Amino acid sequence: MGKNASLLQVRGITKIFSKGTVDEVTALDDVSLDVNAEDYITIIGSNGAGKTTLLNVIAGIFPPEEGEVLINGDDITKLPEHRRARYFGRVHQDPKIGTGAKLTIEENLAFALLRGQRRGLKAAINEQRRELFRSTLAPLGLGLESRLDAFVGTLSSGQRQSIALTMATISNPTLLLLDEHVANLDPRTAQIVFDLTEMIVQREKLTTMMITHNMECALKYGNRLIMMHRGKIIVDIGQEDKQKLAINDLINAFEQAAGEKLVDEAILLSRCEL
Amino acid sequence: MDAVGVILGFSSYEGLVFGLVAIGVYLTLRVLAFPDLTVDGSYTLGGATSAVLIVKGFNPLVGIIAALVAGLCAGIITAVLNTKLRLPALLAGILMMVGLYSVNLRIMGGANVSLLREPTIFDQAGGLLGIGSNTIGLSIIVALLIVVIVLLILNWFLRTELGLGLRATGDNEEMVRGLGSDTNKNLILGVSIANGLVALAGSVVAQAQGFADVGMGIGMVVMGLASVIIGETLFNPRGVAGLLLAGISGAFIYRLIITIALRLGLAPGDLKLITALLVIAAMAVPYIKKKIRHEWIPPAERW
Repeated sequence: MGKNASLLQVRGITKIFSKGTVDEVTALDDVSLDVNAEDYITIIGSNGAGKTTLLNVIAGIFPPEEGEVLINGDDITKLPEHRRARYFGRVHQDPKIGTGAKLTIEENLAFALLRGQRRGLKAAINEQRRELFRSTLAPLGLGLESRLDAFVGTLSSGQRQSIALTMATISNPTLLLLDEHVANLDPRTAQIVFDLTEMIVQREKLTTMMITHNMECALKYGNRLIMMHRGKIIVDIGQEDKQKLAINDLINAFEQAAGEKLVDEAILLSRCEL
Repeated sequence: MDAVGVILGFSSYEGLVFGLVAIGVYLTLRVLAFPDLTVDGSYTLGGATSAVLIVKGFNPLVGIIAALVAGLCAGIITAVLNTKLRLPALLAGILMMVGLYSVNLRIMGGANVSLLREPTIFDQAGGLLGIGSNTIGLSIIVALLIVVIVLLILNWFLRTELGLGLRATGDNEEMVRGLGSDTNKNLILGVSIANGLVALAGSVVAQAQGFADVGMGIGMVVMGLASVIIGETLFNPRGVAGLLLAGISGAFIYRLIITIALRLGLAPGDLKLITALLVIAAMAVPYIKKKIRHEWIPPAERW
């Protein structure tokens, strides 16, 4: 571990898709970011700003063209996704991505419990682990603790996303990555899953990066706010400034930094329902 | 023994040994979602390897273990072609099937190897149990013993942490990588085990029929597929143990249908067509039923 290193350091990351073709897109353009322990960062930006690409580079879904990713001071830029997974819990927009439909609830949780550990020839599920799963699921208030042998494919999207969230957090990740994880849920379910997220993040003091599409939500939650635009981080506001900020201040900050008008209506007009 | 007894006895034996092939196909196709056509080649590979070793004077048990190991290796190569060299799974399997044909000819030094005057596991088992080595009862006992051992091991293995990783890989690769397990390794391990089982079946059948032949594996993958689908359609199983038993039961019912078809006067050459029609029926009937009931139907798979 490097001395005084931030928990996560992103240094000069550039990510280009379809390089050398007419479709070439610079999704991330020399992005640098230090994430400190117990930061709860909300990330906002229009479609194509590079929010998801940033999380993908951090998680190692694909390598960047340039730059480094360091966690606790260790360079993980070249590690494949599965070998850095022990650091990251992640919940995607689509509940199907984070869970196995043909496996039962307890099998999904047992698989997630061993994130980044050696998987050997011990029984994946035993009574002790079942007890842990029940006590982890019970506070969600969804009754899933009594349905451990139900196939996850038979659950509703809200239940499934709650399982995905539990799977992402059950083995205490160094960093929790949330990618608009309630955007696909109906408002009531979204609220439930979001409250669960807040509860888990506060209780476990998890360092968190959360992408949202909504300015009001980005201001309301978390203790740090990042705004992305055309592959760059153009606004980075800490807790104290964030509390004083209204949406209009945020729009001004954006227009000043980007040098253009904010035209994404989804960001501007939608209310934070959460 | 009356005709019904003969048919049931014969189908039981064949259902058990070909059940091993069905379990191999179940492992690749259903557990790993990896459509593997290596099977036709690895089945013959198992028969050829053990037959040649037995002729050379090795203990039949050594022949069986060598067959298993040869099958494991074949499976590793298929999965490496797919995971490391990025060949589509179907193509990797077809190439292995074709390539193994030549390998099998080389191993046997010809198109077939006779075991007629050689000791087999059936002779050994018959000696131990004091039963004549050519009875159907003995064949069933030996096959049952092997199948029970294989099922117990798989039923345990698929519930271990490692085995759960294999099942998860067939379900959702993205999730598996995100949770720190190497999907490539899981696929290599799973496809390897599947082809090991198939080669084991080839070895047992070669010893039972008294010869290994370069064409003995033709149609094995379709037969395994037929067994898996028949088992799933009839028993609608749930959970690891249920699915394994459904594979074996499906193989038994498949062999029963084939044996009856032969008894009814169909020529052995007709069996491939019967098999193809069985698979078509087993796959199309559930679809047609839904169509009649106007239920929603997912689009056809393309693997």
